[in-house]
Amino acid sequence: MSADACIAPTGGVTILLFSGDFDRVQAALMVAIGAAASGFPVTIFFSFWGLTALRRKSRFGGKSFLEKMVSAMLPGGIHGLPTSRMNFLGVGPRLFKTLMRRKGVPEPAEMLEQARELGVRFVACATSMDVMGISADELISDVQAGGVASFLDVASRSSVQLVF
Amino acid sequence: MPQTELDCKGMRCPMPIVKISLAMKHLQAGDRLAVEATDPAFHPDLVAWTRQLGHTLVEFQAGAVQRAVVVKGDRLVC
Repeated sequence: MSADACIAPTGGVTILLFSGDFDRVQAALMVAIGAAASGFPVTIFFSFWGLTALRRKSRFGGKSFLEKMVSAMLPGGIHGLPTSRMNFLGVGPRLFKTLMRRKGVPEPAEMLEQARELGVRFVACATSMDVMGISADELISDVQAGGVASFLDVASRSSVQLVF
Repeated sequence: MPQTELDCKGMRCPMPIVKISLAMKHLQAGDRLAVEATDPAFHPDLVAWTRQLGHTLVEFQAGAVQRAVVVKGDRLVC
């Protein structure tokens, strides 16, 4: 279908994902996927702890001592996120993943992949990346960098803005 | 008119809507999509989804396995 023939649904959905907690990331991705499947243009801004959901590897070379410490202490990526409650040193996420698998609920890593397939735009907060010493090569592919102005630009043109 | 079958049994929200929306992309306006699902939120989600995208829910059977038939609308959505 040609671009000018299609009708965009009312506005779009802009999500600010600040948290790196398993449950909040899961909720944000569920809304993103549902919205994308309903025809909304969806953008997720990953800020501060939310960036951990986009990490695919840790790199220590070329980082300051403090940045290395942050890299070592952050979860390695979307597979290693802690739950906001009942984490119990990592037992919590394993418990929830088991329950979710039994009940046919995809876990965050699958949701992230599904979101990407549905055309959800991923934007990483450049300042958070800089503060935490996370470089673009440590994130999954197809992530754009952005700042507050780009968040506000997209959010102000959306009809739904959510913070997780 | 052609009817496509889609099995969403065992899937939880939002996956049935995701699968339906992907299946719809291959259909023409007026084509029918029959869906079976077990998700408890399937009916309200389907009603909202069809309204959002201009499709029509023409049949719905409740039960342990819910069955719905959706006719694709002629609105083109980006």
